[in-house]
Amino acid sequence: MQVKVDQSKCQGHNRCYAIAPELFDVDDLGNAFEIGDGVVSPQLVEKARLAVANCPEYAISIVED
Amino acid sequence: MTTLDEKSIYGPVTSWKTDFDHADPSYNENAHEIWNELRGTCPVAHTERYGGTWLPVTHELVHEIAYDTEHFSSRGVVVATVKPSDLPDAIPAPIGGAPPITSDPPFHQDARRIMLPAFSPKTIEQWEPEIRKLCRELIADMKKADVVDAAVQFAQHIPVNVIARMLGFPPEDGEIFRGFVHDVLESINLAPGQRAEAFMALDAYVAKQVQDHIDNPRDDLTNFLLNAKIYDQPLSLQHVGGSIILLLIAGIDTTWSAIGSSLWHLATNPVDRRRLVDNPALMPTAIEEFLRAYAPVTMARVVKDDYNFHGNEMKQNDWVLLPFPAANRDPEEFENADQVLIDREVNRHAAFGLGIHRCLGSNLARLELRVAVEEFIAAFPDFELAPDEVVKWSVGQIRGPRELPVRINARTL
Repeated sequence: MQVKVDQSKCQGHNRCYAIAPELFDVDDLGNAFEIGDGVVSPQLVEKARLAVANCPEYAISIVED
Repeated sequence: MTTLDEKSIYGPVTSWKTDFDHADPSYNENAHEIWNELRGTCPVAHTERYGGTWLPVTHELVHEIAYDTEHFSSRGVVVATVKPSDLPDAIPAPIGGAPPITSDPPFHQDARRIMLPAFSPKTIEQWEPEIRKLCRELIADMKKADVVDAAVQFAQHIPVNVIARMLGFPPEDGEIFRGFVHDVLESINLAPGQRAEAFMALDAYVAKQVQDHIDNPRDDLTNFLLNAKIYDQPLSLQHVGGSIILLLIAGIDTTWSAIGSSLWHLATNPVDRRRLVDNPALMPTAIEEFLRAYAPVTMARVVKDDYNFHGNEMKQNDWVLLPFPAANRDPEEFENADQVLIDREVNRHAAFGLGIHRCLGSNLARLELRVAVEEFIAAFPDFELAPDEVVKWSVGQIRGPRELPVRINARTL
């Protein structure tokens, strides 16, 4: 599983970074991006789904293996 | 503080559908019921007041307008008796009087980028110890009392102090800031001349503080803005002053309201209060739910040109209210939208807006809210509404308790 932030949709609400800092980081402007290649380890699957479910701009997607 | 003889120019509301007035005290007192009723019958209410104002109440419509910068301008964000089009010398779109909140694309993004780093989560995190210390000082001052006003003695001081420190303004001017905020956000239905008077006092105060920062530079947000550049030029003093007014006005009532509403919920819901006292790890999730259910901020837009919006004939320069709190209660977007569930897992709330104008200070607001609630329930785990006292809600686009009398110590049996 991989997470992906759509940069054209992210408005910097920072909900994903608050929920799953292991998977998401933010730049100086507060825009979020997935860490590395966005691969989600099994113990972080739940957090990844929560990050998706709490993005007000629907900017995060999950790519299932 | 300014002293306006506050006299509303409008009479009582005859219908929430066709004659609503967000400055009528019963609007905020009954906001959730009013929005629910409108959502079921006409999702876009209208009033002739303020020169023509629209009120869409579904998540879908609020979302659509927030994203549509082609038809809707941000040059006016507080629906009041004075329209931006009535002010010939106001900074016109796309800049507006308080950039970037009053700015439209493409200028908006460039003005916003200047300020974003000061409010990014990593910059804001560093304020946590200071906010916690401030909350504890306020709590220490209240401890001997039986009944305290959690809005007046606690919630309102937190954002006022923090923004004063960030801007490098005298902390003892807190009362002055609150006066300005009241004039801008609550005194919206005064005769236009009176309203203009309040704005002049605010402009003069900010100009004086800016001049002091030019004469005596220091390491704060005011000097940061004075040193900032846009398109390789320093920001105009008008831009600096406007951005400071934005920070001063937008940061205070809003956060005060969010803290107050959250404490009101906990004062009236002992099961939730007990759950958070026993399980502090639930706090961040609960905070997002308080932000959803009691979102304080309704924004506004100005219609650029005549526009038919889903059958509603909007006229140029009409106001449109953007009630994000109503969007947050829409059952089409949220399961059990009317229930406050402090462990709600799926919560795409729009408390901080949607689209390009997402609240610049959201990370700071969220931090102040969380720390304030944590400290309050840690100090007073059994607080409840004081019997025989009345909770007073704000009027206007920012909704929250302005007086919240609570009994802080457990009853002795």
